[in-house]
Amino acid sequence: MAQNQGEIRYLTPPSVDIKKKKYCRFKKNKIKYIDYKDPNFLKKFVNEQGKILPRRLTGTSLKYQRKVSTSIKRARHLALMPYVTDLLK
Amino acid sequence: MVNQYETVFIATPVLSEEQMKETVKKFRSIITDNGAEIVYEDDWGLRKLAYPIQHKTTGFYYLIEFKSAGEFIDKLEIEFRRDERIIRFLTVKIDKHHAGFNEKRRKKESGNEEKLNKEE
Repeated sequence: MAQNQGEIRYLTPPSVDIKKKKYCRFKKNKIKYIDYKDPNFLKKFVNEQGKILPRRLTGTSLKYQRKVSTSIKRARHLALMPYVTDLLK
Repeated sequence: MVNQYETVFIATPVLSEEQMKETVKKFRSIITDNGAEIVYEDDWGLRKLAYPIQHKTTGFYYLIEFKSAGEFIDKLEIEFRRDERIIRFLTVKIDKHHAGFNEKRRKKESGNEEKLNKEE
């Protein structure tokens, strides 16, 4: 019984149980500039379809998320990265 | 007010080698003639495009980093649009973080070259 009161009961069990503390990799490694010219680094912030990952998944702070999205859009403009694709990774 | 800019342009793969050199020379002269100073140039050569542009899947990439006044950029971009060999271009103003990044990378590159020379 005690177990139920404490925990909110989900319809489906939450997939990630252990809550990994997310951190902003730019603040941590003191990266100040995100280069739009190397697609391999930007691929980390894009899912299989080539869409930009949201902050809640990558854990980046707002300031750097904006920089990441502008550099991804520039890379897409220069055809270094696709606008939409499948199995990008 | 002199700002730092970086422009990357893609030329159609149909061009032969010297045509590509000629286009690069043309834009280099446009930049230097209008009182701008080229800081760094980089030829990425023929690269595969992530998506076809004008039904072409590859392109010659070329990067030019230069210092110039703000008004010059419109003229440069008109030239890019007028030249049909260039299928895409992107001009970006460089802020201090970007400049620091470029400096660091150039130092690293020159570091490698010195190492290579020593090894030879």
